[in-house]
Amino acid sequence: MKITLKVWRQANKDAKGSMKTYRLDDVSEDMSFLEMLDMLNEDLTTKGGEPVAFDSDCREGICGMCGVVIKGSAHGRYESPIATTTCQLHMRYFADGAVIEVEPWRAGAFPVVKDLVVDRSAFDRIIQAGGFISANTGSAPEAHSTPAPKHLADRAFDNACCIGCGACVAACPNGSGMLFTAAKITHLANLPQGQPERHSRVKAMVAAHDGVGFGGCQNVGECAAVCPKKVPLESIAQLNRDLFASLFKSV
Amino acid sequence: MSVQQKAVRSTVVKKAIMALTGLVLVGFLLMHMFGNLKVFAGPAEYNHYALWLKQDLLYPILPHGWFIWLFRIFLILCVVLHLYCALRLTQASLRGRGTPYVRRKRKEQTFSVRWLRWFGLLLIALISFHILMFTTGTFTPGFEYQFEDPYSMYVGAFQVWWVFAAYGVFMLLVCFHLRHGFWSAFTTLGANVGPSSRLTLNLLAYFFAALLFVGFLLPATAVFLGWVI
Ligand code: FES
Repeated sequence: MKITLKVWRQANKDAKGSMKTYRLDDVSEDMSFLEMLDMLNEDLTTKGGEPVAFDSDCREGICGMCGVVIKGSAHGRYESPIATTTCQLHMRYFADGAVIEVEPWRAGAFPVVKDLVVDRSAFDRIIQAGGFISANTGSAPEAHSTPAPKHLADRAFDNACCIGCGACVAACPNGSGMLFTAAKITHLANLPQGQPERHSRVKAMVAAHDGVGFGGCQNVGECAAVCPKKVPLESIAQLNRDLFASLFKSV
Repeated sequence: MSVQQKAVRSTVVKKAIMALTGLVLVGFLLMHMFGNLKVFAGPAEYNHYALWLKQDLLYPILPHGWFIWLFRIFLILCVVLHLYCALRLTQASLRGRGTPYVRRKRKEQTFSVRWLRWFGLLLIALISFHILMFTTGTFTPGFEYQFEDPYSMYVGAFQVWWVFAAYGVFMLLVCFHLRHGFWSAFTTLGANVGPSSRLTLNLLAYFFAALLFVGFLLPATAVFLGWVI
């Protein structure tokens, strides 16, 4: 198939970027979106041009490294019939002759490093603030020693699925990282291991979220709609409930 | 600043303040709508109710005429808090949003949330206008300011076509603002616990928005068409 790409090119963090147009002629519909970008880069490199910088790692939809806005939706979510990451989006969902805009995640807290690569360390700041449980190292405890109710374990798992790709922020009209933060909060708050730090965690993570420059949530729902792991919007309500309760606790 | 202090000042708490003050204002609108519907009961009923509200409500716990001022102060406080949090959150959003996209597709955003902030600002202007007309009597198209006879002010004003038209627009903005606001308030307060509560809250939001629109426009339309004089 033939496609026309309009790709955001930006030399570095401080440079002014713009959309550049490229044409590709023999794209196979079995290619993933990233393989198609690889093809473009091969083409650019042989012609002596600068390849397009983009992030990727596992290319299996499980690491959260990849992510660009395709035709106006994060991970090209609105081109695909199923929830997907950019690496698992396939060219068969695009029409022959399609014009495809490719842009980086855009958010105040995710500055562009180069072309389609953004700096997502703002997410790391949120995790560092409390997205973990404190445990003494040593041999792993026996799994059955802390039983977890099935429905809570399921809810925790649905949220633990978050791969931290940042699509929620990219899709949010407020540039809010609330779905990401809520996924981590909901994951840990529904498991016995998460209880001791439950109150201090939510306060610290929300404070970090606001501190690194994410916007506030307006309950729009764009985040959950593009999430490749289908983290539900309800998680944000759980974060809110936990935060309100935590404000009355001294920890 | 300690973590506790940061959490208290967080966007989530500002949203909760907006939710609570917003719901107070929705409650006020419902009460106001109920009062307006008394136009259908005739001038005596309507005026009696209006004067009771302004002079005798909560008497003798409070002296005559005190309730209305305490209530006004409370409402103004709610509006100010709502506005202050909205401004701070908008500031955070502008910063959070960063450079705009060249192309962006929106799937979930409703009309009411996209215009939420603008409609909110417009509402302040329209509410001020409303107060200048019926409360202070500074601006009186179609009627004369009479404290003792609010019925005649209501009827006089809505016989003027542009007052009626402007009122229709005003109420439409209120209802759009409330459509997102209602669902968002309950979600912010933690009531969105699953897909079915999401549906319920959204349906309730549509219901209250529609109820207020119909409830406010029914008596105004009746006056405009000359059914009530
Ligand atoms: S590259 Fe790992 S999720 Fe796409």
